[in-house]
Amino acid sequence: MRKKQWGSGLLAVAGFLLYLLINEPQTAYGMHIMEGFLPVKWAVFWWVVFVPFFVLGLRSIRRITKERPEAKLMLGLAGAFTFVLSALKIPSVTGSSSHPTGTGFGAIVFGPLVMSVLGALVLLFQALLLAHGGLTTLGANAMSMAVIGPFVAYGIYRVVMKANGSQKIAIFLAAALGDLATYVVTSLQLALAFPAASGGVAASFMKFAGIFAITQIPLAISEGLLTVLVWNWLQSYNRTELEEIQSLQKRGA
Amino acid sequence: MKKWTNWLLVIGVVLLAVIPLLLVKNSEFGGADGVAEEAISEVAPNYTPWFAPLAQPPGGETESLLFAVQAALGAGVVGYGIGFYRGRSEQKKKGERDAA
Repeated sequence: MRKKQWGSGLLAVAGFLLYLLINEPQTAYGMHIMEGFLPVKWAVFWWVVFVPFFVLGLRSIRRITKERPEAKLMLGLAGAFTFVLSALKIPSVTGSSSHPTGTGFGAIVFGPLVMSVLGALVLLFQALLLAHGGLTTLGANAMSMAVIGPFVAYGIYRVVMKANGSQKIAIFLAAALGDLATYVVTSLQLALAFPAASGGVAASFMKFAGIFAITQIPLAISEGLLTVLVWNWLQSYNRTELEEIQSLQKRGA
Repeated sequence: MKKWTNWLLVIGVVLLAVIPLLLVKNSEFGGADGVAEEAISEVAPNYTPWFAPLAQPPGGETESLLFAVQAALGAGVVGYGIGFYRGRSEQKKKGERDAA
């Protein structure tokens, strides 16, 4: 067992080194789609797609707080975690900075729908006060960060747990891949709105995703580690409540 | 043991942030939202943004203040929550000890 751990650790280090060596420094553009940078029809389209998720998220939050009023603090904590992580612009190997999303944690604890509300609130704060992201692009940004990212995280968590993986590894992978998925979706949204003259959407997507995904890889790993850290703290002081909240999901999220 | 793994997690996060700073020279590590605009104008040279942010921080200092406020608010709530749970669990343990 111990040997196996060392082996996989070495493998991870080797892979990471390779990634650092192959990587050409280039400027990337992390984070959200800027205000006004989606054509009107796409901005409207993503808003329309996002609204139902937001409504379902509100319902999910109402149900949780009704069944377990004391879970409000944990909800606040999940929102706050997203708040902190998306304020941290971390340098990446591509020579630019981007920030993690922090949405994986809440998705694992409460189910993915709750994050559509919490994530949207964070995006709204950043759009209004920081000119970061935007109101016209909020629908698109919320779809990537507050809906699809959390759904991916939740799905990965479930799959790894079912396969009898360790819970820590399930959380790490869920948070890291949810983070990565967010930025893949952002790339796709930009590619759909701005297809390349030659090669169309696919060429655009490769261009955006190549840059985004590579910038985001170390940040996704960081997000995975930070999520496991917070989980460890909560588990040592509040194991029963965590488990009870998680079991709420199973009775129809 | 548990404390120890938590420290490892923290060290991992710090390393992931510091390594790029050491490896990549001659970069400002800009948030580079501006470069996104460049990339879009490469693909779609005729595109003009149709909406501007309602309010923009007047400069880098104000922007970093607002980011710090965002991080501080979030960290405050996370710290409060974990502290609250810790206190509660210690009360419980104490109660169990007293009862025994």
